[in-house]
Amino acid sequence: MIAIENLSKTYGKLVVLDNLSVNFDGGRVVSIIGPNGAGKTTMSKCILGMVLPDSGDIKFNGESVLNKFAYRSQIGYMPQIGKYPENMKIRQVIEMVRDIRKDATVIDEELIGLYGLQNMYDKRMGSLSGGTKQKVSAALAFMFDPQVLILDEPTAGLDPISAEILKCKILKEKKKGKLILITSHIMSEVEEVADEVMCLMDGAVKFHDTISGIKQNTNEERLSRAIAKIMNEED
Amino acid sequence: MNKIIKYVLYDIIRNKIVVAYTLFLLLLSIGLFNLGSSPDKGLLSLLNLVLLTVPLISIVFATTHFYNSYEFMELLVSQPIKRSKIFMSEYLGVTLSLSAAILIGIGIPVLLFAPGATGLYLVLTGVFITFIFVALAFLASVITRDKAKGIGIALLLWFYFALIYDGIVLFILYSFGDYPLEYATLALTALNPVDLGRIMVLLNLDVSALMGYTGALYKSIFGSMWGIGLSFGVMVLWVFIPLLSSRRVFQKRDL
Repeated sequence: MIAIENLSKTYGKLVVLDNLSVNFDGGRVVSIIGPNGAGKTTMSKCILGMVLPDSGDIKFNGESVLNKFAYRSQIGYMPQIGKYPENMKIRQVIEMVRDIRKDATVIDEELIGLYGLQNMYDKRMGSLSGGTKQKVSAALAFMFDPQVLILDEPTAGLDPISAEILKCKILKEKKKGKLILITSHIMSEVEEVADEVMCLMDGAVKFHDTISGIKQNTNEERLSRAIAKIMNEED
Repeated sequence: MNKIIKYVLYDIIRNKIVVAYTLFLLLLSIGLFNLGSSPDKGLLSLLNLVLLTVPLISIVFATTHFYNSYEFMELLVSQPIKRSKIFMSEYLGVTLSLSAAILIGIGIPVLLFAPGATGLYLVLTGVFITFIFVALAFLASVITRDKAKGIGIALLLWFYFALIYDGIVLFILYSFGDYPLEYATLALTALNPVDLGRIMVLLNLDVSALMGYTGALYKSIFGSMWGIGLSFGVMVLWVFIPLLSSRRVFQKRDL
């Protein structure tokens, strides 16, 4: 569904993505892991067109996305730190995004209901806690029934109950044949929701395999140990 | 595009600076018309104050607005909208609200106290200056990510166009006073939108007789429809060059 081909990005002298090539198929939950600064967020932002790569290409259903914008109606994005105009109320933000994505046929308000966001509709974005902003981001990402969901550390600021709601939603959407990319540092969570794990290191793929495959190759029961083993072996 | 402009305008109107700006212009205009003995004098003092304050307020307001809208733009960029659309909506939102302030704050008093072509040119100049300086402000804002630096560049641009440039022109006129400089000063004028606006309004007042040979030349050029058309053409160039170059930078940068 998404094919990344020889993607490179540098910030000045710092190489963030180094000739990265990877394929993601629909109906899977792919967890993107890697140390801080490995290029996880940059890769997601490249797919969204927020960061423009120096070279390489990104294809969405076979078509290049560089300098295009319409394909984004098929992507739901939940940023790591949701930044919203401080003066806008929750209601206005949601209405604005809806207004922009008017052609969306399906409106999925499940998360708004489950998180009880209606009760807070008149609060200003600037007065919300980090966790509540995350809930708004999640609700917006899932709202338009997109084919691809990019979730950047989705549960980092959420309380356990809200995190659980989000995980259930992720699994539910996966069954509809969607591709879901999650960056995360929490291994237990990765094990719970993901089918595949892709590890980025210094801007290149270190390994990309299914969870059972990783466990088999390393003879480990727990994913966190298996991954630690792979990391240590290579050093 | 209209949708996004709507939200930009909504945001600008709510922070009340534009309302204060309108009231300030209104008070200034009414005060000056009541102080002067004739409407022409009022227009002249108003012209000088407008050419000093409108660029300053436009450029500072537009720069701070751009940096404060960063989150808004980031939110929109991940949505299915063209980047140029986001940028142009921001530009039009700011310019339309500031121009409305000029139309109300200067246009209405001029209509009441000194209706006529000169007043019309004054208001038009104010609107053009707004469009030009907001474009320059956006250019300063897309060049650097640092808010303090961006505002610094914007203020420097204002200093240059409102104060330093006139100093340079005066210096050239004094140093080369022995040569015929009429056409050179004409070219120098076109290089500064503030001066261009000033001369256009001045020549419609009767003070141009005081400006000597250069004034006579200006009068023969700017007095005709052709000259006025040309100077408005130059003003349009002054809007589009910074606007299109900043849009280009905005489309090619990371958010």
